[in-house]
Amino acid sequence: MDFFATLIVSAIAAGMPLLIATLGGILAERAGVINLGIEGMMLLGAVMAYILGVTTGSTALSIVFAMLAGGSLGLLLSFLSVTLRANQIVAGLGITLFSTGLSSYLGKPYGGSQPDISIPDIEFPWLEAIPFVGQIFADLNAMVWASFVLVALLHIFIFYTPWGLHLRAVGDSPSTADAAGIPVYRYQYFMVTLGAMLCGLAGASLILVYTPSWNDGLTSGRGWIAVALIIFARWNPIRAVFCACLFGFFEALGFKLQLYDNTIPPYFLKMMPYITTILVLMFVGWRNRKRPSGKPESLGIPYIREQRI
Amino acid sequence: MDKHLRIPGTQFRIRFFKDTSATNTPWWIAIASVICAFIFSGVFIALNGNDPFLVYGKMLGGAFGSSYGFGETLVKAIPLLLCGLGVSIAYKIAIWNIGAEGQLVMGAIAATAVTIYFPGLGQLSSLSLMVLFGFAAGAFWGLLTAIPRVYFQVNELITSLMLNYVALLLLDYVVFDPWKDPKGYNFPGSPMFTSAQELPVFGDSRLHYGILIALAAVCIYAALVKYSNWGYKLRLLAANPNAARYAGIAVNRQIIIVMLVSGGLAGLAGMAEVSGVAHRLMYGLSPGYGYTAIIVAWLAKLNPWGLIVSSVLCGGVIVGGYSVQLIGLPASMSMIIQGAILFFLIGGEALKAYRFAIVRLPSNLQESG
Repeated sequence: MDFFATLIVSAIAAGMPLLIATLGGILAERAGVINLGIEGMMLLGAVMAYILGVTTGSTALSIVFAMLAGGSLGLLLSFLSVTLRANQIVAGLGITLFSTGLSSYLGKPYGGSQPDISIPDIEFPWLEAIPFVGQIFADLNAMVWASFVLVALLHIFIFYTPWGLHLRAVGDSPSTADAAGIPVYRYQYFMVTLGAMLCGLAGASLILVYTPSWNDGLTSGRGWIAVALIIFARWNPIRAVFCACLFGFFEALGFKLQLYDNTIPPYFLKMMPYITTILVLMFVGWRNRKRPSGKPESLGIPYIREQRI
Repeated sequence: MDKHLRIPGTQFRIRFFKDTSATNTPWWIAIASVICAFIFSGVFIALNGNDPFLVYGKMLGGAFGSSYGFGETLVKAIPLLLCGLGVSIAYKIAIWNIGAEGQLVMGAIAATAVTIYFPGLGQLSSLSLMVLFGFAAGAFWGLLTAIPRVYFQVNELITSLMLNYVALLLLDYVVFDPWKDPKGYNFPGSPMFTSAQELPVFGDSRLHYGILIALAAVCIYAALVKYSNWGYKLRLLAANPNAARYAGIAVNRQIIIVMLVSGGLAGLAGMAEVSGVAHRLMYGLSPGYGYTAIIVAWLAKLNPWGLIVSSVLCGGVIVGGYSVQLIGLPASMSMIIQGAILFFLIGGEALKAYRFAIVRLPSNLQESG
């Protein structure tokens, strides 16, 4: 494989956790609830996957518990923002702070031990024959394929099913949706929780695919990059694939550059994903100056049934 | 739904009522949410096989039990007060600056730059230059958040958080590479400051004059908000951004000013931390002051005077977190409690219409004796 093919493969691999977390965020935001707890949900998912991996050695249990952990934070977020109509920004921040603490509290006693769990790569030997494109897809992790399937499922769900139509209605105009007989609160609860489970899965994938060890703040801001990716992807799952891979590309590029040129201090290369996020969002803002951003119309506004708009 | 509860043996009763037009949050929600947060976190501590009462006892004893502990709590409260003031100014006009951590680190780096590039200055000139540089660097970092927000409609939450990571990596770079103390046995930190570059301390405690800077900042801000033209604009923007815009207030300019001030205050906190406590720039300088500042600000309901109380409380939670390390628990315990405080606080907002008041019984109903 040539240099670019390997670079793209590592970009896809690095983009996968971002992609899954972004999908989770898209689900919540399509229902009109801002999820700023993604970073926290990923962290808790990662630590649960790690602990279950160390204690049981079962990959399946790791994934299940990571998703349950994310989902319970999702329930908390929906209770705060849907039922109590609290400020969604602060609710998400609180969840992230809480789970940053909780994850390092839970992970501490297991520190150092390496769980014997991982997700295998899926090889397609016959694809190797096709130059470049075939080579890229010949040897990808099963989790990457799972994330692609997830993208397709969510895309079909959001844009081609009646439930997806209801979901979009809830996010754009909950009062209209309510008048049409759609259970607004139930949709919000369900979608936020489902999205949060995906964020937990994204965290677990960091442990299962990348580094089978735990250190505090393992996600290093990936959850926040996912928040930016939602905007960059215009709340669309298919676009999210390309956006996540672009970010994975910058992360991978940093690693590669470090190998080829050790005169640049690694600290500056590590800054790349963060600076890219800001620059990309500035580009999106500039591009969107004359057209709608694609944001759900009622994003962040709690729906109060008794209140006239 | 007026309900009355007579306090037996006195002439007073408690009146419970619902005030649906209430816009401000009653005082008891802050206290109740702190208590609920401790109970909630206690459940997790208990689930993990530790005794929550023992843990909380240790935390309380560590933070407020001795004069040394309380001194440490106050030392931690200084950066929290400065950062908390900074973010609460921004939150007041709904600018979600969560980048106080990065702004603090930039202030610390800039203040240290003074000690490295102007080593021979006297105490007054060197300290004032450090204050100036610390503020300017924090303000610059705040500006980097404000510009994308104002000119490119970029959500300031994400920008400010990303800049935290950038600032922390920059800190790692300078302490591991160019500014590393050659005589420091490979410790990732700058050379120790000279006494002319250190903020003076009270007596032989560790409490430094940074507390005066912080309290002065609170007083100046409180006065400005109440009496100045700028404060009026700020209050108008806080109350109704649309009305403010129609009244001709340049909203974008206000956002930039607020982010400059907000970042600058956090930068001052960084300066105070290196010059008053660590006496050098070092790896892991801040145990997340910038994030705790968010809780400090909300707990105080963005009120500058309330910040003084909430910063001491949160400083106590941080110090308490260190003291539970003695019984083998991670200091991140304090982060659990902080996060829980935050979501109980905002969840509690839902109850803001519910009030209670202690009222005197009408004289015809008063019990004799």
